[in-house]
Amino acid sequence: MPSHTVADLLRGLAAGDFSSEEITQQYLDAIADRDGQINSFITVTREQALEQARAADNARQRGNAGALCGLPIAHKDIFCTEGVRTSCASKMLDNFIAPYSATVVNNMASAGAVMLGKTNLDEFAMGSSNETSYYGTVRNPWNTDRVPGGSSGGSAAAIAAGLAPAATGTDTGGSIRQPAALCGLTGLKPTYGRVSRYGMIAFASSLDQAGPMARSAEDCALLLQSMAGFDERDSTSMDVRVDDYAGALDQDLRGLKIGLPKEYFSAGLDPAIGDAVHAALEEYRKMGAETVEISLPHTELAVPCYYVIAPAEASTNLSRFDGVRYGYRCENPADLDDLYTRSREEGFGEEVKRRILVGTYALSAGFYDAYYRKAQQIRRLIKQDFTDAFKQVDIIAGPTTPNPAFGIGEKVSDPVTMYLEDIYTIAVNLAGLPALSMPVGFAGELPAGMQLIGRDFDEGRLLAAAHQYQQRSDWHLRTAPDCA
Amino acid sequence: MQWEVVIGLEVHVQLTTKSKIFSGASTAFGATPNSQACAVDLALPGTLPVLNEQAVNDAILFGLAIDADICRDSVFERKNYFYPDLPKGYQTSQMDKPIVGHGVVEIRLEDGSTRNIRVHHAHLEEDAGKSLHEDFHGMSGIDLNRAGTPLIEIVSEPDLRSAEEAVAYLRKIHSIVTYLGISDGDMSQGSMRCDANVSVRLKGEEEYGTRAEIKNINSFRFVERAIKVEAQRQIDLIEDGGKVVQETRLYDSDKNETRSMRSKEEANDYRYFPCPDLLPVHIEQSLIDSLQKQMPELPDAKRQRFETEYGLSTYDASLLTAERSIADFFEACSKVAGDAKLAANWVNGELSAALNREGKALKDSPVSAEQLGGLIVRIRDNSISGKIAKQVFEALWNGDGQSADEVIEAKGLKQVSDTGALEAMVDEVIAANPAQVEQYRAADDGKRKKLIGFFVGQIMKASKGQANPGMVNQLLNKKLSD
Repeated sequence: MPSHTVADLLRGLAAGDFSSEEITQQYLDAIADRDGQINSFITVTREQALEQARAADNARQRGNAGALCGLPIAHKDIFCTEGVRTSCASKMLDNFIAPYSATVVNNMASAGAVMLGKTNLDEFAMGSSNETSYYGTVRNPWNTDRVPGGSSGGSAAAIAAGLAPAATGTDTGGSIRQPAALCGLTGLKPTYGRVSRYGMIAFASSLDQAGPMARSAEDCALLLQSMAGFDERDSTSMDVRVDDYAGALDQDLRGLKIGLPKEYFSAGLDPAIGDAVHAALEEYRKMGAETVEISLPHTELAVPCYYVIAPAEASTNLSRFDGVRYGYRCENPADLDDLYTRSREEGFGEEVKRRILVGTYALSAGFYDAYYRKAQQIRRLIKQDFTDAFKQVDIIAGPTTPNPAFGIGEKVSDPVTMYLEDIYTIAVNLAGLPALSMPVGFAGELPAGMQLIGRDFDEGRLLAAAHQYQQRSDWHLRTAPDCA
Repeated sequence: MQWEVVIGLEVHVQLTTKSKIFSGASTAFGATPNSQACAVDLALPGTLPVLNEQAVNDAILFGLAIDADICRDSVFERKNYFYPDLPKGYQTSQMDKPIVGHGVVEIRLEDGSTRNIRVHHAHLEEDAGKSLHEDFHGMSGIDLNRAGTPLIEIVSEPDLRSAEEAVAYLRKIHSIVTYLGISDGDMSQGSMRCDANVSVRLKGEEEYGTRAEIKNINSFRFVERAIKVEAQRQIDLIEDGGKVVQETRLYDSDKNETRSMRSKEEANDYRYFPCPDLLPVHIEQSLIDSLQKQMPELPDAKRQRFETEYGLSTYDASLLTAERSIADFFEACSKVAGDAKLAANWVNGELSAALNREGKALKDSPVSAEQLGGLIVRIRDNSISGKIAKQVFEALWNGDGQSADEVIEAKGLKQVSDTGALEAMVDEVIAANPAQVEQYRAADDGKRKKLIGFFVGQIMKASKGQANPGMVNQLLNKKLSD
């Protein structure tokens, strides 16, 4: 069961090899047995999951099976789920029971998916290691002294540990791709506007995008099919046709032009990861693809640009957590200012407060032009780099992260080093492009990921390119030790 | 010393859209607290705004009405501050690229002169909720029904020079938005609210003085009083050797004074920036064109038409066109009456006085336009005199009868125009007053005109006012000269 892919499970469910209730029960048991060590779930919705599984089995018997009918999945605890605590891994929302469900949650439920529970993350998705969660650090199943990456670290660790076959994630600066890389999974950040943000607790609105995390590109294709689509409740979602992702996986890659940005293969890249990526690229050439060196000249500006824009947006997105209507409220406030100050001081963790302060500063009178406006100008240059590159190539490839999973506690006290973890992933969010990470080998005992970046709404091509590679490799099917 | 007051107004107008500017919740006034606040209005985590198209159309209409440029790509921004009735911790508003650019509003002053007041811009934004400080035993209650109600904020240049001008400007804005039908303009329910930036300077001075912003003045009368009292405060302060400080002040209508709310140093840094949840609003020329076609006749155009079409004075036409409802009433009345000038006199005179006396709005008038028109018809055909007409009007006002004819009939108020009956009355009066007849006959033409009034009066008295005064005059002239 642990190494089963979504595609396997859907085939087995369709063939009647097992029921949804059976596999849901097995995943729930696995969570009960082993998540104490991993800490990938914040909330397990055991009874609700079994109920949904039975309903799915009934639907299937009636010949009424949706695309994901009976498939157990986990949702990152950043998506509102009606009647279930939605904490965003923050003390601030520890008591928050969402009265409505996110569009993504509804879409997947309508397709028949069963929710196992809500996965851990960095508080308000702010982090690259899953160490900032109010509910404790998540451990990497490949080596439990290492981080799983973040912010969707709980989703990644749960899949890698065999506690769920798939999960949703969100990606603001690499939060799907980096943990996917660090945990040996496939994860896709779709084009900005491809998946509705309604009901997904906002970190940085112009960068946030939800996407699937699973073992294989095929799995991601199956999941994205149900997640994607226009939503009239999200003004930034795009009314663009959803392609048949699974149906388009079998593509001949001959003639595919792959751009390799020289800036992504420079000093600072772990040599073992570099080797794994180069080996994968060799496979692509064998499949008939062509690789070309390209340049994305503003790459080095991506991290500083992001760390102005994302905190600026976050600083105001998080203003609603004020202790007035819901969420954490300090005890015995003396007056209104005290209510605000202590509720927010006690309710938010260190990293969240750091980003609120940075963002508030960047938007302040007298600093706006120097920081926020300048960052927006740089953002346009970064987008232009990609636009220019895509005139020459069909997709862009490179490592997802400069390093494999680092040790728990290793970087948490040094935010700038931590921020540089996302050096290869951040520019993609600034440009709004789709990108996926997939496993291409190991750096020692730890997974190494390769990133594929596509044109706007070209998710189909990315998934097909990854799928073709996965037809010739088995990195994505490897399981972490003790999780087999 | 000769002081000059300089005023700029920020007028907030609630739009009468059915739903809120960024959510589907209703905007109806007066519902149970928090019954009209949905997940978006409550700023639940994960919720997102979706712009109400009608609010955009309303703002464009207003812009066209004041001859302003419509911004083809306007942008919503977040105005950040903490307050319990502001659920998101920011107000979604517009700053750099408001939907309505520079425009002009013409105001007409008491002496009949006009001035053009420049509008700096007008922008769309959401209203906040309300904090309720009573009935909660030392705590405050929050009602978020109003949160998210669409507003346009109309910001004038500092072009106003007196409290009276400010009121005239405010009335004109009121008249434009109600003509357009984009707001009910009801200041008592907060549909229109006003902040005033007030400063003073010596006449002839180029530089503006330091201004104070007076917040939330919610009636025409208070606008006038608040500006006057604030200007006087600043003048007194300067004449006593003091200095005006830039600050926000609150007008207390009970004490008729303004007092400091917060100084410039304490002012919020709102950290405006473009709202990433909303795309820029792109407006096609075709939308502007189609709204231009829907534009109703506006107050100034209507006033001019009333002057030319009905031959009314500018003064009468201005009064009649101040509100669309009055203008509509007048036109309906005039159509029935067949005499625009009489209709204007009655609407601006008797009707307006009666409404004022009882504090009624025109829509609650007990006398309809058709009833008043019917009354005027009877004046015109000499069925009743002007004096009797006032009695008929009173009767209609009090609900004694469905029409003027019914009242005249029931009360027997019909004017006596029967020559025979009038002749008898004239003969009687002449016979009963031989001394006055002597006096009349001895007088010259100039004096005669005065003396004849005595006889007319006697006849009117005898006829209880029902004698046709024109015919009485004619008969008297004839008989007294015999």
